[in-house]
Amino acid sequence: MSFHRIILTVNGSTEQVDVPGNMTLLQMLREKLALTGTKNGCAAGECGACTVLMNGEPVNSCMVLAAECNGADIITIEGLARDGQLDVIQKTIIEQGGVQCGFCTPGMLISARALLNRNPHPKEEEIREALVGNLCRCTGYNRIVSAVKAAAEVQ
Amino acid sequence: MINPHPGLPELEYVMPASLDEASKFLIEHTGEAKPFMGGTDCFVRLRDGAWNLKYLVNVKGLDGTNEIRFDPKNGLTIGAAVPMNKIVSHPDINKHYPLLTEAARTVASYQLRSRATIGGNICNASPAGDTIGACIVYGGKLNVHSIKGKRLEPLASFFKGPGKTVLEPGDIVTSISFPLPPPNHVGRYIKLGRNKISDLAIVGVTVLGYPDSNAKSGYTFKIALASVAPVPLVPLKAEQILADKPLNENIISEAAQAAMDSCTPIDDVRSSARYRKYMIRNLTRQALTDVWQKIKK
Repeated sequence: MSFHRIILTVNGSTEQVDVPGNMTLLQMLREKLALTGTKNGCAAGECGACTVLMNGEPVNSCMVLAAECNGADIITIEGLARDGQLDVIQKTIIEQGGVQCGFCTPGMLISARALLNRNPHPKEEEIREALVGNLCRCTGYNRIVSAVKAAAEVQ
Repeated sequence: MINPHPGLPELEYVMPASLDEASKFLIEHTGEAKPFMGGTDCFVRLRDGAWNLKYLVNVKGLDGTNEIRFDPKNGLTIGAAVPMNKIVSHPDINKHYPLLTEAARTVASYQLRSRATIGGNICNASPAGDTIGACIVYGGKLNVHSIKGKRLEPLASFFKGPGKTVLEPGDIVTSISFPLPPPNHVGRYIKLGRNKISDLAIVGVTVLGYPDSNAKSGYTFKIALASVAPVPLVPLKAEQILADKPLNENIISEAAQAAMDSCTPIDDVRSSARYRKYMIRNLTRQALTDVWQKIKK
């Protein structure tokens, strides 16, 4: 099996990684870079637990080959906080009680951040549409949606 | 059965420098290599063992496959590797081909639309493909690269069965071209899913209508139906009824019935065949009525 040498930015740091052709971005983040905040749920692009930002756009990292990420800018849940300060969406999800088991939370927050970046004042319908690819099996959707609304008001 | 392991089976990722190189590689490795775009269907099939490949051949970015070009005289060309979200947010597509925007928006979730490509949606040849109907009613033709040269494949004759197309080993769809849309056209895509957004289509109805002095009724309607036949279905008899007879509610119902009669759906996990047939009649009637209300003089 041949390896691809890729250089990419992950949460602001430049990383050089050698990856086999069948390794996904999710596996590279968790197994090569020890960034285990990004979760593996369904491995089929359905649940969104593995969502990260790739060049500013949310993607299911289980659906991207690591070898395709040469030159990419990746932000994971570990990169949302800046200078020791939580992102506003992280603060509001705590305040609103939007975390139950917590498995969906990293992907949910990345999708919410991406939504707020492209639409700073989303309507409830737009929030629900943007989060349709993030499943919460505790079904705590109402509080998650409230947290995104609260973040939109604060930011 | 979904395989929850995050890894893909062992395979090599190949990055050819040109389309010619990609085509040659695909021919040399027929049966064990496929062209690779967004990967959103491909990875699922690889993980489930439905596909057994040794090579994924990346064709994104080769020779304009990532570009969208609109020319007010000649029409629109969308690169095969353009992801759905780029189509949804493109101003020229929104303005001139709004039905493409509407259809692309219904594909899965935002994250998957960051990766899923229009070329992949077409080449997967799923009867449920969301954007295929819009591409058919706008008269889309595929630009195909092969070692023998380039050629055009009209969508109308492209599909041969579920997952099957006229493409031969080494053929790579590079883009899809559309003529200018008919003046004053109105389009509608109604997708019936098990939930409001993000599901695969139980059935899908795409309708495009416009005033047309060459038609006896004064209007032309193009219709494409999803998930009701082995291939995306164009109900020609329904289109003929709408072109020939003066339009009113009864004629629209007659056309919707003809659309239903042309379907040969299957029972599967998402729906029974019988339900699909009745929903095609009802949703075709609804889509035709919506469009007719907006275009009638």
